[in-house]
Amino acid sequence: MTLPALLIAAIVLTSVSGLLALAVPRRPALGQALACAALCAGAVLGSVAAVGALLAPVPPALTLPWGAPGGALALRLDGLSAFFLIPVLVVPALGSVYGLAYFPQARLGRKAVRLQILFGLVTGAMALVVTSANGMLFLAAWEVMALGCFFLVITHHEEREAQRAGFVYLASAHAANLALFAMFALLARLAGSFDFAAMTGLRAAWGPATAVFVLALAGFGLKAGLLPLHFWLPGAHAAAPSHVSALMSGVVLKTGIYGLLRVTGFFEAPPASWGALLLAGGAVSAVMGVAFALAQHDVKRLLAYHSVENIGIIVMAAGLALLGRARGDAALVFLGFAAAVLHVVNHATFKALLFLGAGAVVHATGTRDMDLLGGLARAMPRTAALFLVGAAAISGLPPLNGFASEWLVYLASLRTVYDLGPVPHPHFAALGAPVLAFVGSLAAACFVKVHGTVFLGHGRSRHAAAAHEARPAMLVPMLVLAAACVVIGLFPAALLPALAGAAAQWSRVAPEALVGPAASAGASAVRVSVTAAALAAVVLGAWLLRRHLLRRGPLGPPPQVETWGCGYSRPTARMQYTGSSLADALVGSFRWAFFPHRRVLPPRGVFPRRALYRATVPDTALERGIVPALAWTARMAGRARSRLLGAVQVQALLLAGGLVALLLWLALGGGAPW
Amino acid sequence: MVTRLAAAVLPFLAFLGLSPLLLGAVTRVKSLFAGRTGAPLLQPYHDLRRLLGKQPVYSRTTTWVFRAGPLVGLGAVVAAGLLMSFGGAPALLPFPGDFILFASLLGLSRFATALAALDTGSSFEGMGAAREVTFAAFAEPALFLCLVALVRATGSLSLSGMLREGLPELWRAQGPALLLAATALVVVALAENARIPVDDPTTHLELTMIHEVMVLDHSGPDLAVIHYAASLKLFLFGALVVRLALGFPFSSPWPSLGVFLGGMALFATALGAIESTMARLRLDRVPQLLVAASVLALFALVLLLR
Repeated sequence: MTLPALLIAAIVLTSVSGLLALAVPRRPALGQALACAALCAGAVLGSVAAVGALLAPVPPALTLPWGAPGGALALRLDGLSAFFLIPVLVVPALGSVYGLAYFPQARLGRKAVRLQILFGLVTGAMALVVTSANGMLFLAAWEVMALGCFFLVITHHEEREAQRAGFVYLASAHAANLALFAMFALLARLAGSFDFAAMTGLRAAWGPATAVFVLALAGFGLKAGLLPLHFWLPGAHAAAPSHVSALMSGVVLKTGIYGLLRVTGFFEAPPASWGALLLAGGAVSAVMGVAFALAQHDVKRLLAYHSVENIGIIVMAAGLALLGRARGDAALVFLGFAAAVLHVVNHATFKALLFLGAGAVVHATGTRDMDLLGGLARAMPRTAALFLVGAAAISGLPPLNGFASEWLVYLASLRTVYDLGPVPHPHFAALGAPVLAFVGSLAAACFVKVHGTVFLGHGRSRHAAAAHEARPAMLVPMLVLAAACVVIGLFPAALLPALAGAAAQWSRVAPEALVGPAASAGASAVRVSVTAAALAAVVLGAWLLRRHLLRRGPLGPPPQVETWGCGYSRPTARMQYTGSSLADALVGSFRWAFFPHRRVLPPRGVFPRRALYRATVPDTALERGIVPALAWTARMAGRARSRLLGAVQVQALLLAGGLVALLLWLALGGGAPW
Repeated sequence: MVTRLAAAVLPFLAFLGLSPLLLGAVTRVKSLFAGRTGAPLLQPYHDLRRLLGKQPVYSRTTTWVFRAGPLVGLGAVVAAGLLMSFGGAPALLPFPGDFILFASLLGLSRFATALAALDTGSSFEGMGAAREVTFAAFAEPALFLCLVALVRATGSLSLSGMLREGLPELWRAQGPALLLAATALVVVALAENARIPVDDPTTHLELTMIHEVMVLDHSGPDLAVIHYAASLKLFLFGALVVRLALGFPFSSPWPSLGVFLGGMALFATALGAIESTMARLRLDRVPQLLVAASVLALFALVLLLR
């Protein structure tokens, strides 16, 4: 079978997978298993197509006619698309396996059937988004994806939290769509066609090209959750079921990154200001994302803010790649592009792993509040261990995959510190390295907080006491993702040649120019692997030594006692440090950006009875920016509204008049632009 | 061949073998300042041997994370040692960008130690973990700014390349910038190794400790591993500072190893002097100190980019 046929089969199979459950309405468990199997089969087919495309000398493509004006059913699997296609298909497939135990149709009935249908539809739409080679097709698939996600967010539509999150998401998704429609209209104007092939190689002239870039940044930035356009994201991720959060955070956000890379790839020699803007915006997003994450109690909101952080890191890398193109530095192009794309793949794996792990915790305890949890590593040791892999990976710790891609971002950023050739180099970009170090250590602090508060120590409430280990159907997808984190982390060098090929197609730098940088980065990456092996060997050796010492001892097995508490031997769980206290000092240094809601009942009197301290940090952009601005707009609009113009008849007349005027303008101006 | 191999491996073995001695030397200098005879120089080795022979005690609250913490901490620091050049020869595994791995491995050791601390469910150890991760978040950018300045100054992306033979000329040409970076590096070294003025390694009050409070519940071989890893980490940072400050050639391995070890003795003396003459900073002042170090390193970078 040819690669495009495989790709189409994957898109169709995933899109309709959820409908299979309708065929056997009386046996919901079987129906869900069928749907899940179809989604997994689609993911396998699509991944085979993507790997085949990465190995093929020429990107496979397919074009079929389509009736929509300016549209064509054009698909193309170049390196960029192939690298996005694999996580876009694999993460939802694993999520649907997880759903077998987490969201069973046998127990939840129609709600779960609806979720499964939309889950498959969104997956297929995303696969189409990252492979379409026509603006109209892209927009259509984008709209399906955006609306499907809205219904996924409001799965628990009877809850107020989900309604509010869903509404905010819908509004932001439509704002993004508006920007994208305008952007593609402008692009089609510049290129004379909606086909991506015609858009490739546009000159990045001042004016229209800048407008395209700004619109792309707004539209795709809203989808990706780039600060300050991230406001929809924490609520939506927290309100949705966990495997939906994994899908949205792991891959839906990445379609925004894909769009940004795709559109910037259209232009020849993009100006340095684009790269600088992305680098700065990414840095702000990364730092503030992790700062907000530190301040959260809700484990899923916290993970959502980490998506903002990681999207920031990816955008920083993309900015560095664009700077490289502006300066004609092939090695910088390679390092930045490879870092961005590899971090997309890596973030999809570890963030999906973390959301699935958080889902297992929520499923077992019934709460998302970390300060009510604790000690879960005893009740759910496997979940705890798998979550720890994800936590270390997202903190950028070696030898896991998060380190591999962040290491490339560091290298890209440090490359700008030299003077290379006659063109002055953007030295300011070297500051990306300390920013990244700051973000990395804040992320490590945050995941020390999460893992320590949720899984270690004593249980803090009855929720934690009732916990149980996750079912195998939930553990297996997490195990697969954790294995991917380890394998990519140990052997990043294996992916670099394919990334170099994709970078050459994206930037249209001669592939030969990228071979050298890819080979030298690969040689270094092999040494990272050797160091990781040495690390493992030392840990193993020390473990064996300790075992030997404990065996040899004449005193028998080590005694088990209470934790040292300065001689106090009856500690209670409430004496433990909470997650909030752990992060307090770091949160304090970002106090200028937070507007916390506090409820404080201090202890009063000589024999205080009850004291309470509760603080939540809501999203500053939403609560202090968007909501007041929209309220003000609504107030002003209310004032401007006149009784006459408000009548339905007058509105209809204005609409018709406007249409006629537009048609006249087109007819007199020489017809449609295409 | 054998000589060359020995020249490559011996500095690493010196790192593994002499780190506790460095700690002993610091303690000795402090006792001289205080007018005491003090413990013998080899006392840390005796302590390690004593701890290795003891039976550990584990809290009922802990899980495997608690037992894995010291091991991962040690593994990460030893692996970081593979990337560091100790004088006499380049590192065992040098490559462009190795200093990023170096810093991340130290981060991994911190991550493991902090999680092991939280595994006990003790409030004291929670405080220690909170302080450790908070100060690390401010120390890390300072460390990277120093290293970026060194990358700019030397044109090399690996630790061995940064600390190579050309350093003396560089000190003549770019003295002020390197001095700023070296000062910042010393501050980072003090903070990362929990020394005065950031943390007092000899304090006995749980409420005021940072690193020591995280390991309150570790005992026996686990505590030995932790103490040994801490001494290795101090040796690593000492080597970074000494190599930067001395800047001697590789070309003759044995003399330069000797000079390096002499430099480490000087480092121990300086550390002991700092610890004896300075008071500890209030905890909320520590981030300010580290931000000041970042600013110094940033000035160094600006001077070099000028």
